[in-house]
Amino acid sequence: MNLKLRVWRQPGPAVKGRLVEYEARDISPDMSFLEMLDVLNEQLMQRGEVPIAFDHDCREGICGACGLMINGVAHGPNRGTATCQLHLRSFKDGDTINVEPWRASAFPIIKDLVVDRGALDRIIQAGGYITAATGGAQDANTILIPKETVDTAMDAAQCIGCGACVAACPNGSASLFTASKLSHLGLLPQGQPERYRRALRMVARMDIEHFGGCTLYGECQEACPKEISIDTITRMNRDFLKATLSEGRGAVAKSD
Amino acid sequence: MIVLDPRVPSGPIETKWDQHRFEMKLVNPANKRKYTVLIVGSGLAGASAAATLSELGYNVKCFCFHDSPRRAHSIAAQGGINAAKNYRNDGDSIQRLFYDTVKGGDFRSREANVYRLAQISVEIIDQCVAQGVPFAREYGGLLDNRSFGGAQVSRTFYARGQTGQQLLLGAYQQMEKEVARGGVKVYPRTEMLDLIVIDGRARGIVVRDMVTGKISSHLGDAVVLGTGGYSNVFYLSTNAKGSNATAIWRAHKRGAAFANPCFTQIHPTCIPVSGEYQSKLTLMSESLRNDGRVWVPKNQGDKRRPDQVPEGERDYYLERKYPSFGNLAPRDIASRAAKEACDQGLGVGEGGLGVYLDFADAIKRLGEQTIRDRYGNLFEMYQRITDENPFEAPMRIYPAVHYTMGGLWVDYNLMSTIPGLHVVGEANFSDHGANRLGASALMQGLADGYFVLPATIGDYLASAKPAKIDTGHPEVRRAEHEVAEYTRKLLTINGKRTVDSFHRELGKIMWDYCGMARNAIGLRKALKLIPELRAEFWRNLNVPGSDTELNQALEKAGRVADFLELGELMCLDALHREESCGGHFREEYQTEDGEALRNDELFAYVAAWEYLEPNKPERLHREPLGFEYVQLAQRSYK
Repeated sequence: MNLKLRVWRQPGPAVKGRLVEYEARDISPDMSFLEMLDVLNEQLMQRGEVPIAFDHDCREGICGACGLMINGVAHGPNRGTATCQLHLRSFKDGDTINVEPWRASAFPIIKDLVVDRGALDRIIQAGGYITAATGGAQDANTILIPKETVDTAMDAAQCIGCGACVAACPNGSASLFTASKLSHLGLLPQGQPERYRRALRMVARMDIEHFGGCTLYGECQEACPKEISIDTITRMNRDFLKATLSEGRGAVAKSD
Repeated sequence: MIVLDPRVPSGPIETKWDQHRFEMKLVNPANKRKYTVLIVGSGLAGASAAATLSELGYNVKCFCFHDSPRRAHSIAAQGGINAAKNYRNDGDSIQRLFYDTVKGGDFRSREANVYRLAQISVEIIDQCVAQGVPFAREYGGLLDNRSFGGAQVSRTFYARGQTGQQLLLGAYQQMEKEVARGGVKVYPRTEMLDLIVIDGRARGIVVRDMVTGKISSHLGDAVVLGTGGYSNVFYLSTNAKGSNATAIWRAHKRGAAFANPCFTQIHPTCIPVSGEYQSKLTLMSESLRNDGRVWVPKNQGDKRRPDQVPEGERDYYLERKYPSFGNLAPRDIASRAAKEACDQGLGVGEGGLGVYLDFADAIKRLGEQTIRDRYGNLFEMYQRITDENPFEAPMRIYPAVHYTMGGLWVDYNLMSTIPGLHVVGEANFSDHGANRLGASALMQGLADGYFVLPATIGDYLASAKPAKIDTGHPEVRRAEHEVAEYTRKLLTINGKRTVDSFHRELGKIMWDYCGMARNAIGLRKALKLIPELRAEFWRNLNVPGSDTELNQALEKAGRVADFLELGELMCLDALHREESCGGHFREEYQTEDGEALRNDELFAYVAAWEYLEPNKPERLHREPLGFEYVQLAQRSYK
């Protein structure tokens, strides 16, 4: 099959970028989207041109490194699919495809399709953990956790930190990312002691990093390659509210 | 000249580690903050070590080439993590996990290390649960377990098919907690390109900032490499695209011995290559072989659809050759048998490199719903990649490289032959011998990072008392200069071929001659082809762009240059080891019925190679292996 690609090229952070047209000819529908970019890059290099920079690594949909806006949709047209798992059979022969980087003020562009997602690490640093220094942990089976609870926590813990939720959100909000971590840890008994402090600090960090606010468009859950639900955001908002109301009065919110 | 001293403590195996921990020197809490430890790699081993060393009070710098430490390839591990908890009451114990691991490794690992690993396995699970790792649970709230190959007990803990992800995020979060506290500084998009050795000790690393291209050095009192394995020397493997050997290889060239480089593990059930453009391979869980039957057509060139090949014209070769294990024959056996069938021209699918894994009988016997319950997500993953529905047509599978047991040689304290240079996780050679058991990689990475290294590194620092140095030191300047020159050289060859074209060609040589089955003729041929390819690489490579920007072709070029040297060492090691053991199968050394034939008299040792100078064969050193607690025996699967 043949495709026409319009790819965002931007040599560096301070330079203006633009869409550049490329032809992808005689490609197999069994190729993955990134393999098509590999092939295109090989051709560019043989012509002495600079290849298109894009982040990728595991190519199994778990590391979260890849992420492209494909025709304006984060990770492309298929639900629950990271860019690396998208295959060309999802397109028609002769299609024109726009390929752009994540666009969000919190994710500055480094080059071409590569952006800086360091802000997501800093949200985790603000409280996305359970303080449990190595050594002296009690036997694992002394903490009983109902299967339903751990399954719900796991649904949220599956987040791969790709940033698609931010790119898909009209406000550029990182709420689904943050709420996933708050849900994962806040649902488990081990996560209770820091639950409300964690919510306050992670939410505050989102603002510092220039992510937008959440107005529940729900675009994030449509884009999420792990299909994480915006129920997590409800949970985050509830914990944040509870923590905020208690905070000013010197009290600490209690777990329910 | 390298001297191998494994420094295994004396005394009974059960008490070695406890006794050793008591005898090792300690660094007092106030002094710990005076020491800086450089950790390269942020996977299970690197991140867990960074978090724990910082908690103890050391200053830690952690370097990774990803944009975030959370993306290290440990994240892709699916199955689970072993631990001798005996929660099932099915007869498991530390002794049994130790025994299974030594035997599974085909008697080419160090007993004392493996015993310690089995002891620590128990603590790992406790630690991870305390951090909030959502391991699978039963309705009563207790932890669930599943079974894995090479064991008769159920000792594998798991978090759906994403155990590696959850364990890595656990370690990553602990590390980020320490970043917030100020104990760890993370350097993302930063690649280690050389090791700085001063007065015989590892004192720093030279790195390249992958965004700006700036080359700089970081100095410390000890260096830790947790940079993973080198399966990507084969180009096509189940490893992530970025996984590479550069850190360990450049440390090797500075004096760290490389142990058992030819010990690679090939997993039998991966999705076959579908075209020349293929960039990597995807693993399908081994558990599928519980219900799937492996077969190929009996006649060469049979192009019929699988459902049109009558029963009598199919060869269920695993069931035929290994009647008692059948389709559940161990990994190395199943992989070799698939290769044999394809070599005979019986392979299926485009290119003929594939065999069928057929669920038709199981679906008939158990119903489609049962099969969907057991393997639904795997069938979906298969269909996503191949566009074929395994409920309607059999899967096509083929073996692929996915783990390297070899790595930098380390002593009992996880220190390499360069004092101060420690190696953790898959990057070292220590615990899996010639074959790793499923669900043991995660166990080893976390044992090294959370528990072993934090104890042993203190002993090194307290004994060595490294002197102060600064970045003006002539050795530091020299190393930086060499790295800058090397980078410049890669950019100015101005040849005609791309990095990937060299990498693919190397991969094909490695796969053909140093893959699932090896022989002296093939290995000698590879030893001729690889230096030729390397020479062409340095003559005819083309890397566009500059060294002052994000340049992914340049990054790859440096890594492939190292693979072109490492590949040769792997072939040399494979040629010298005139026996078959675990994943290393030499066709000349097999029993009458085609099983691996070990030679314990001549080869019960660790082969540790010393780098001498460019384009010269490396020097072999031997660490003899003694087996006091597990009796040497032949494995059989008939």
